[in-house]
Amino acid sequence: MITKMTVTNIHVLDQDSAYDFYVNKLGFKLIDDIPMGPDTRWLTVSPPEQPDLQLVLFPVKVSKMFPQETADMLITLIKQGVFGCGVLTCKDIFATYEELKSKGVEFLKPPTKEFYGTEALFKDDSGNYFSLQAINNFSHEDNI
Amino acid sequence: MSNADKNRDDKEIITPEYPRVYLYIRIVQAKLFIDNNYADEIDLENIADEAYFSRFHFIRLFKSAYGKTPHQYLKSVRIEKAQQLLREDKTVAEACFSVGFQSLTTFSGLFKKIVGESPSSYAARHKEMKKKISEKPLAFVPSCYAYQHGWLEK
Repeated sequence: MITKMTVTNIHVLDQDSAYDFYVNKLGFKLIDDIPMGPDTRWLTVSPPEQPDLQLVLFPVKVSKMFPQETADMLITLIKQGVFGCGVLTCKDIFATYEELKSKGVEFLKPPTKEFYGTEALFKDDSGNYFSLQAINNFSHEDNI
Repeated sequence: MSNADKNRDDKEIITPEYPRVYLYIRIVQAKLFIDNNYADEIDLENIADEAYFSRFHFIRLFKSAYGKTPHQYLKSVRIEKAQQLLREDKTVAEACFSVGFQSLTTFSGLFKKIVGESPSSYAARHKEMKKKISEKPLAFVPSCYAYQHGWLEK
């Protein structure tokens, strides 16, 4: 029986920049930063209150997994903002929105009222986007 | 304009109106002030004054945004930074004084309360972990990732 998700991927264009974005701007906790060769590392972070979910900041580089053509295609799609990486929740969406904006995070949408709660959308440093929602506002029961 | 575009434009944008947005910005500035100056002697009364709030109002708004009072938040930031310094092989005393504590006893007590183990035990555990990682880095990476990256071939 599957019980939890513990590790998942976010494909990033540059691991140094992704580290700065996820740790210094979003406030995620660094879990692993293990060198795996001259210019790549095993880099994982966790949302501050969810230490048992690791996000692998996975670099898109030519490798066994990504032949040149695949890497180029993936980089193009990431830059175009094709990939949504999930919903992040916070206690207070307006405070979080103002803080992230002051740190230079690019928002695609300010907090707006949706049928499922109050939501903003922002992009990471590579081009992946996330939904930001307030815990207190994210309840289907409110909408019944 | 398509219907979808029109609906998007009509959607209510919840941008808090003045003075509420001002309140949020002031609370966020106070939080960022703590983030950037945690190592100094921070007078939280002064932060409330600078944010143009009464102390009571400031604490209430701060807690509603971050789930902690400014004082609790400052302590948690200091302990968080101390953990980082201990992971970087600083001594317990260096970590304690670098993050703004004046007393080792206060620091150690609070560290144990928040982290669940003493600073020296935390440091020793991480030192041991770093040693194991440097000896066998691939043991810490799920093998499917290592395989796909070609790390197993080295």
